[in-house]
Amino acid sequence: MSHRVGKAILYVLLVVFSAFLLVPFFWMIMSSLKQNLDVFSVPIRWIPKVFQWHNYVDVWTKADMGTWLKNTLLLSTIVTILQVLTGSFAAYGFSRVRFPGRDALFLAYVATIAVPWQAYMIPQFILMTRLGLTGKWLWPIIILQTFGAFGVFLMKQFFETIPEELSESARLDGLSEYGIWRRIMLPLSGPALASLALLTFVNTWNDYMGPLIYLRDRANFTIQVGLKTFQADPQGSSLDALLFTGSVLSVLPIAVIFLFGQRFFIEGIATSGLKG
Amino acid sequence: MSTTTPAPVRQTAHRAHKLRRRNTALGWSFIAPNFIGFAVITLVPIILMFYMAFTDWNALGTPHWTGLANFQRLARNSTFRAAVAQTFYYAIPHIILTGVIALALAILLNQKIRGVAFFRAAAFFPYITSIVAIAIVWNLLFSPKYGPVNQFLTWIGVAHPPGWTVSSTWAMPALIIVGTWREMGYYMILFLAGLQTIPRELYEAAKVDGASGWRRFLHITWPGLRPTTFFVTVMLAIQSFKVFDLIQVMTEGGPGTSTYVISFFIFQKSIGVSSNAPGTGEFGYASAASLILFFICLTFTILQFIVNQQSDLRKPRWTPVPLALGLVAFALAVASFASGYSLGLGYLGYLALFVVCFGFLMIHVRILRRRQQ
Repeated sequence: MSHRVGKAILYVLLVVFSAFLLVPFFWMIMSSLKQNLDVFSVPIRWIPKVFQWHNYVDVWTKADMGTWLKNTLLLSTIVTILQVLTGSFAAYGFSRVRFPGRDALFLAYVATIAVPWQAYMIPQFILMTRLGLTGKWLWPIIILQTFGAFGVFLMKQFFETIPEELSESARLDGLSEYGIWRRIMLPLSGPALASLALLTFVNTWNDYMGPLIYLRDRANFTIQVGLKTFQADPQGSSLDALLFTGSVLSVLPIAVIFLFGQRFFIEGIATSGLKG
Repeated sequence: MSTTTPAPVRQTAHRAHKLRRRNTALGWSFIAPNFIGFAVITLVPIILMFYMAFTDWNALGTPHWTGLANFQRLARNSTFRAAVAQTFYYAIPHIILTGVIALALAILLNQKIRGVAFFRAAAFFPYITSIVAIAIVWNLLFSPKYGPVNQFLTWIGVAHPPGWTVSSTWAMPALIIVGTWREMGYYMILFLAGLQTIPRELYEAAKVDGASGWRRFLHITWPGLRPTTFFVTVMLAIQSFKVFDLIQVMTEGGPGTSTYVISFFIFQKSIGVSSNAPGTGEFGYASAASLILFFICLTFTILQFIVNQQSDLRKPRWTPVPLALGLVAFALAVASFASGYSLGLGYLGYLALFVVCFGFLMIHVRILRRRQQ
C-alpha cells in the first residue's frame, strides 16, 4: 500500500516538474498563433481565441526567415560533414597508429576543453582577421565549428572499443591504413558517427556567439543572429507574435532531429561527457 | 671473437627505425587535416592569450611588453571588480542548484517507472533549444506587469512580485533560474551514465541487509558516483564562470551593470558585444581579464581535485601533489614576472611563465582524464 502511495507521489512530482520544463515551450507555440495584442493579456490567455495560422506565412515576408534558415541549414550541413570526416580521420591516427609524440598531441587536444572559449576568443578573432577570413561568407563559422576537439575525442573513444584483430586481418589482406579507416572502422562506428553528426548539427544550428562576432553582413546571418536582430528591431518588437513564430521555426528542426535521434544524443553525451 | 652486432639484429633495428618513421608519417597524415584547423583556431589563440595579457596590444599599432601593468589596471578598475563579484554571484548558486537538481532527477529517472523516456527527454530538451529562442520566451514570461510568472505569483497571493529582468536586484536570480532550467538536463544525463556503472547487486545486498533508502544513497550511490560528480562539478564550474551568451541575450549585462560579468568585460574591452556597442579594442587589457577568468576556472578545478582525492577512501587521506605543484608553479610565475619586469627580459619572462602555465594546464588535463578511466 505505502509502496503505491510512494509511486503516486513520485509521478505527481515528475509531472509537475515536466510541466515546469515544458510550459515555456507550450507558451511559445501558443503565442506564435496569437494576435500581436494578445501575447500579453491579463489574465493570461493560454490558448488563442482564434488561431492565427497566417502568422506562419507572414513571418517569411516580415523578416528574412528564408535567408536565415537557408544559411543556417547550409552552415550546419557543411560543418557536420567536415567535422565527421576530419574528426574520425584524426581519431584513427590517435587510436590506431603508434608514433612518438602522439599522446602529448592528444593531451593538447583535451587540454583545450578546460580553457573557456571566452578566454581565447580575442586572439582567435585577431588571427581570423589577419588570415582575411572575417566577413567572408560563412567561412569563419565553418572553420570555428569544424575543428573542435570534440569529434576527435568522441571518435577516439569509440574506435578503441573496436577489436584490433579486425584491422589486423584486413592488413594481412593487403588493405592500407586509409582503407581500414574507410572500410572497417567507419562502417562499424554507425552509432558513434550518428551521435557526432547529430550533436554537431544541433550545436552549429544553435550557435549564437560565433555568428554574432563574425557575421556582420545581413545577407549571411544565421537564424539565431537574425532572430536577435528582429527582436531588437523597433519594427520587430511590436510584432510579438511573429517573434514567437520565428522562434518556433528556429526550434522546430532541432525538435524533430531530437525526437528521432534521442538515443544518439544521450549516448554521445554519456560517452564523451561533452557537447561540442 | 669480434663483438659486432649480428646481422639479423642490426637489420631488425634498422627495420624498427624505418617502421617508426613510416608510422610517424602515417599518423600525422591522419591527424593533420583536423590538427591544422585546430591549431589555428584554438591552440595558437590560447598561447597568444598568455602573451597578450602582458602587452599593450590594441587594435592599432604594435604590441609592447608591459609586464603586470594590465593587471594593476584591472585591480584598480571598480567595474572589473564588480564583474568578478557578479560572476561569482551567478556561478555559485547556479553550480549548486544545477548539480543538486540534476543528481536528484537522475536518481528518480534511473528507476523502473513508466514513461521514463518521456521525462528524460523533457528534462533534456531545454538544453538543445537555441539560446535566442529561450531568451525571447523567458523575457516575456518574466515580464513584470503582464508576464505569466508574475500573474501566477499574484494569483497565489504575492502582493508585490519582483521585477525580474528589469530590476537590478532580481535580474541575476532570474538568470540563475533560466540557466538552471536550461542546463540541468544535460548534467542529469551525465549522472545517469554514472549511475548505470554502479552494480545492481550492491543495492540488492544492501536491501537484504535492511539498509534504508537514505543509507543506500550514502554508502552505495554517492561513493559510486564520485568520478562522475567530480567531472560534473568541474565542467559545471567552467560553464558557469564563463557565462556570457545567456546574459547577453536576456539582459545585456543590465539593468545598469547588475548582471555584468567577466566575459562581458572581456568583450567590451575588445571586439564589442554587438554592433550597437562596439568594443574599445584594448586587446592586451582584455586578455589580462581573460587570463584571470582562466585562472578562476583552473583554481576551481584544482580545489575539486583536492576534495576528490580526500574523499577517496582507498587512497591515502591527503595527497599533497596538486598543492605542491601549484605552489611551485606560483613561485615560478612570480619569479618570471619579476625577472621580466625588472630586467626587461620581457619575452623570456613570458616564455618561462608560459611553460609554467602549460604545466598547470597539463595537471588540469590529467584531472579531466581521470574520469575516462
